[in-house]
Amino acid sequence: MNEVLMRIENAKAYYKLEKVSVRAVDGVSFEIFEDEVIGVVGESGCGKTTLSNLISMNILKPLTLVEGKVFMKINGNFEEISSMSREEVKKKLWGKEITIVPQSAMNALMPTIRMAKYVEHLAQSHELNGKELLQKAEKRFEEVGLNPLWLKRYPFELSGGMRQRAVIAIATILNPKLLIADEPTSALDVVNQKVFLKVLMQLKRMGVVRSIIFITHDIATVRQIADRMIVMYAGKIVEISTMEKILQKPLHPYTKGLFNSVLTPEPEVRKRGISVIPGAPPNLINPPSGCRFHPRCPHVMEVCKEREPELREVEEGSKVACFLYSEERT
Amino acid sequence: MSRLVVENLTKIFTLGFFSRKRIEAVKNVSFEVKEGEIVSLVGESGSGKTTTAKMILRLIPPTSGRIIFEGKDIWKDLKDHESIKDFRRKVHAVFQDPFASYNPFYPVERTLWQAINLLEKKPSNKKEALELIKESLVRVGIDPKDVLGKYPHQISGGQKQRIMIARCWILRPLLIVADEPTSMIDASSRGGIIQLLEELRKEQGTSIIFITHDLGLAYYVSDNIFVMKDGEIVERGHPDKVVLEPTHEYSKVLVESIPKLYRKLEGL
Repeated sequence: MNEVLMRIENAKAYYKLEKVSVRAVDGVSFEIFEDEVIGVVGESGCGKTTLSNLISMNILKPLTLVEGKVFMKINGNFEEISSMSREEVKKKLWGKEITIVPQSAMNALMPTIRMAKYVEHLAQSHELNGKELLQKAEKRFEEVGLNPLWLKRYPFELSGGMRQRAVIAIATILNPKLLIADEPTSALDVVNQKVFLKVLMQLKRMGVVRSIIFITHDIATVRQIADRMIVMYAGKIVEISTMEKILQKPLHPYTKGLFNSVLTPEPEVRKRGISVIPGAPPNLINPPSGCRFHPRCPHVMEVCKEREPELREVEEGSKVACFLYSEERT
Repeated sequence: MSRLVVENLTKIFTLGFFSRKRIEAVKNVSFEVKEGEIVSLVGESGSGKTTTAKMILRLIPPTSGRIIFEGKDIWKDLKDHESIKDFRRKVHAVFQDPFASYNPFYPVERTLWQAINLLEKKPSNKKEALELIKESLVRVGIDPKDVLGKYPHQISGGQKQRIMIARCWILRPLLIVADEPTSMIDASSRGGIIQLLEELRKEQGTSIIFITHDLGLAYYVSDNIFVMKDGEIVERGHPDKVVLEPTHEYSKVLVESIPKLYRKLEGL
């Protein structure tokens, strides 16, 4: 196994509102290794995007890190990035160690400034030479299949797929170790999706980025590139496993349900038919007791309503949080 | 028996006041929908699939070509108000954006009351009508007390789309035109919407025209697929044929680019 790049220990990130808190990420622990692609999947509102904010230390009120720590290997040493101030995070982490391509990045571009301006901003905030950086950006644009002259263009002059590639090119100029991509392909059509995935994998092969976290609700897309997959439900990780294992044999009932709702043009899928997970995801202000999936679970037992299952390894490379796989079932 | 026949349908939009620019949105499209059949029009944005749907729904007139529903040309033979109302009763639309199909100032069941007003045999009193509304909601898997009296912002996208389909259970149309009915809702609830439409077909013999860019969905649900590109149907046939052995260049690229669950894409 490769070395650990980042370690998240029992992290709890809540949106603290006046009277209540939304427990969007609730007790999550996992490791990100060097040179791997992790896919994070789950329904809308399961805490995927909050997880990406947590990993990139983009924690702004009302989001609060209530408990837990995040460590990252910086220059060979593990540093606790969760205790850094926002200034430090901006200077030391963003752009250099961690970069993020947010959800709807293509609409996040300011319509009135040219692409090159973002490179200038990057140079200013990291106190680097703007000209050199611009040259690097031109090179990176070529590498992702864009014309370097387009740096002088305004966002509306580029198509959706091009804009998304421009964003990723600018985000990776400083060769960050970890790239977090949050639903980067959901606004693109299938042909552009494929081009984007290609660019992503090319950047990884070239060593521009070391590890990638790919957050999406589209399992078929993430399956193309991920080595491991994290399945989230209602703010918790219910299963972590290698891609091959989870495809062959999903363990958690929620993972099974999620896989069975995927519709791709394949004979296997047509034969299998559609099945749907009944009900809707719970409210995270007041989540269900015990296992949070129990109100929707087809295999629910008494113990599931009372106690919370722990995430534990049941086979090599497969961790699952479900009483179906532990001896404690009664 | 054919329920709907579309013959050489063409729509040309002209732009500009002095210099006329012509856009051929739909070119010479012909197809047929039989009783109880589900067909899909698949294509990217701008391929003319929604324009075709609008002409079939009698919302915009075609430039040339004929649309024959139950033996009548819908643009020539339906003249008086009564026959148009009858057409509206028999052909129903489910649109893409459930968020835009509701008036935010009224409770959601208003759309169902409107459907009841369209009925030929209206229920004799309000109580009976309410029973009918409740029954239709149960049909689409919603507990009536979860939604009755609520406003659109209080229910989820999936529920809104289900209520649109509940209308179909009240009206029992012969043909449903569903324009991207699942694109705005979570992947895990998409299957549920599809199942509802399939049930309707099974019990009522409803014909359905599915308009989507999602070939996976079309592959699963349809009896026939028509792939559209730049206003023309470039590939047609049984789902297995279109998806597993596409012949046209465009459909080949489309099929190749779709991410699959059990296979990896080539060249990543």
